[in-house]
Amino acid sequence: MFAAENGLKGDPRLQAISDAIRVVPHFPKQGIMFQDITTLLLDHKAFKHTIDIFVDRYRDMDISVIAGVEARGFMFGPSIALAIGAKFVPLRKPKKLPGEVISEAYELEYGTDCLEMHVGAVPPGERVIVIDDLVATGGTLSAAIRLLERVGAQVVECACVIGLPEVKGQRRLNGKPLYILVEPREIDGCC
Amino acid sequence: MLVREQLTMSDYRDKDPLIHGIQSKIRVVPNFPKPGIMFQDITTLLLDPKAFKDTIDLFVERYKGKNISVVAGIEARGFIFGPPIALEIGAKFVPLRKPKKLPGKVISEEYVLEYGKDCLEMHVGAVEPGERALVVDDLIATGGTLCAAMQLLERVGAEVVECACVIELPDLKVEDMEYVSHLGLE
Repeated sequence: MFAAENGLKGDPRLQAISDAIRVVPHFPKQGIMFQDITTLLLDHKAFKHTIDIFVDRYRDMDISVIAGVEARGFMFGPSIALAIGAKFVPLRKPKKLPGEVISEAYELEYGTDCLEMHVGAVPPGERVIVIDDLVATGGTLSAAIRLLERVGAQVVECACVIGLPEVKGQRRLNGKPLYILVEPREIDGCC
Repeated sequence: MLVREQLTMSDYRDKDPLIHGIQSKIRVVPNFPKPGIMFQDITTLLLDPKAFKDTIDLFVERYKGKNISVVAGIEARGFIFGPPIALEIGAKFVPLRKPKKLPGKVISEEYVLEYGKDCLEMHVGAVEPGERALVVDDLIATGGTLCAAMQLLERVGAEVVECACVIELPDLKVEDMEYVSHLGLE
């Protein structure tokens, strides 16, 4: 579900956010038009708009946990958590979190990867938002949802700045609502 | 000789309760990532909204109004503390990343590990000459990573005003440090 269809139609902040995102062709490999949010982070106003939109949406939804997917989810999640008084829980690549963790494998185009969360970070029944910069196939977010549900948490929504065409038209991911700010930028002309 | 200024808890005497609150939320995990290392785990700090907010507020109070236009955070835990500080003080956030993560043109700085080397990268054009920058990470140990970060920023003509860390380990080696500020949590 895109923000523009859900109460923010015509909101100039969405255009500012979209304009601040840079497209890098053929990264990490040929044919991929990489949506680079680092330029959004360089634009203080647009970065603040991004956080404000998520905060406005989640502040009255009784959310107690923001779970951010490593590493770009770390750039957005904590600011949202701080503003709404929620905990921030990092979901990390294998072997990064010290102490006891639970792991969830997920599929990549070629091979598998794994997401980990600390045991005890999220008690059962807590209401959680999962955040990442971008959703493509939804594989990583699905793994995040499974991790949280395994400990009895309630995933209220998945939030992403950018949503690729694969998720366009989808309001849900694995039964969970998906909230996305902008579509991917395209490069004008040939490259 | 490089000068190192270290602010410790005595400089924050009136903030003692806050500092103690923050310190008490950091969890020590023995023998991670390998035997003998007592790992300072900040994830438990992030689970306490008040203590996490206090941490950010202490940094913001120190850096607000100092004309700092760049907060550079070191992957990955610097990404957790850096952006909230940047947003509050009106600065850009610049991620300093492990190799091959940043798309497009980057500059690289190598640094020495206990065994071997690693590398930190920054986007070309992210920081302009003359900008005043802060480097943020969760923890400083030898200072190797922070030094690489400072090098990257200085190579593009920025002025590193300070390095800010939540935790400093007791066996910090002084020789390569320039200007470090921390909350004195050990």
